[in-house]
Amino acid sequence: MHEWALAESVITTVVDEIRLNNIRKVTKVDVMVGELQQIDLEIFRFALENVMKTYELSLESKAIRIAIEKNILRCEVCGKIWSFGDAGCRLGEDEAEAIHFIPEIAHVYIRCPECSSPDFEIVKGRGVWIKTIEGER
Amino acid sequence: MDPRLHIIDKRLQDIKRIIAVSGGKGGTGKSSVASVLALTLAKNGYRTGLLDLDFGGPSAHIILGVEGLFPEEDKGLIPPDVSGIRFMSIIYFTGNNPAPLRGKEISNAIIELLAVTLWGELDFLIIDMPPGMADTTLDVIRLIRRMEFILVTTPSRLAIEVAKRELAVLQELHLPVLGLIENMLTTRQYTGVADKAAGRQVTSLGSIDFDSTLEHAIGNVDKLLQTKFAKQLSSYHPLK
Ligand SMILES: [Zn+2]
Repeated sequence: MHEWALAESVITTVVDEIRLNNIRKVTKVDVMVGELQQIDLEIFRFALENVMKTYELSLESKAIRIAIEKNILRCEVCGKIWSFGDAGCRLGEDEAEAIHFIPEIAHVYIRCPECSSPDFEIVKGRGVWIKTIEGER
Repeated sequence: MDPRLHIIDKRLQDIKRIIAVSGGKGGTGKSSVASVLALTLAKNGYRTGLLDLDFGGPSAHIILGVEGLFPEEDKGLIPPDVSGIRFMSIIYFTGNNPAPLRGKEISNAIIELLAVTLWGELDFLIIDMPPGMADTTLDVIRLIRRMEFILVTTPSRLAIEVAKRELAVLQELHLPVLGLIENMLTTRQYTGVADKAAGRQVTSLGSIDFDSTLEHAIGNVDKLLQTKFAKQLSSYHPLK
């Protein structure tokens, strides 16, 4: 997903949680981002700061912790397990950008290094999720 | 918690009506109905979007003759203007390459696309739905609330059976079905499936004759709007 859309989705989730649980002050938000989303952390942080303002959410920026989950791919045909970014998995700029917006597009441009199949499972390293939100009531 | 699910409602909040064009069986002309319906609405001055969610066989871009476009990037993706329609499709990302995705991945890709697309204010968003009533369709129904459905079928018994089953599922889910369009009709074949469906508390939107000129108009918006298909569709669509 695009950094700004990602930031906005994280902030709206936090805002919803605050309302739902009567949280007075949010102290920690743990965000996990799959490596395949290929986000630029600097842009993401900048987007978070800006989106926060439009939602009138005051949250120390260091309270948001972002961790990147490494990607693991597994071929459905031959069982080979590999990782995007291994040698031989280089992409052009357009392809990388397409995967940045929609990680599943990996299936269009990446092949199993063993048997060349496009039928692989993204075991890890896709998606975005919020692991924990902590706060004081 | 998947924050992407939180953002989808927000992305769709300034859209007045969301109309899903669905038709269980392939080859019923679902994509043509969705595309021409969107064109007709735009021509009538409605702010209209078209979203192709048939990731297995995206074809709205072929019908509309879309080439060399990419969404503008500004805190999300703004769908390019195609003949007055804001048009979004996976083809911007796949190019002409096939996208060999499994069901769960199609759903994931759809979530991603819905989360990132900035439609802005629309009167209508027309959706070319995934085929059938499998996981992907159910996911789309779950993700995009307040969808209204138009079912497209042909006089083929096979298509009618599939449409009937789809209708039953939609009714069981208490989703609004605007009606059924019987497409590609030849007089001899008239089955009145739409009328029969009307008997099941579903509005018949009528039938559209088989139009041999449609194939030649594919890729050319002006020609498309001149076809008998477009004229019949515009007189039947439920928005008048
Ligand atoms: Zn393999």
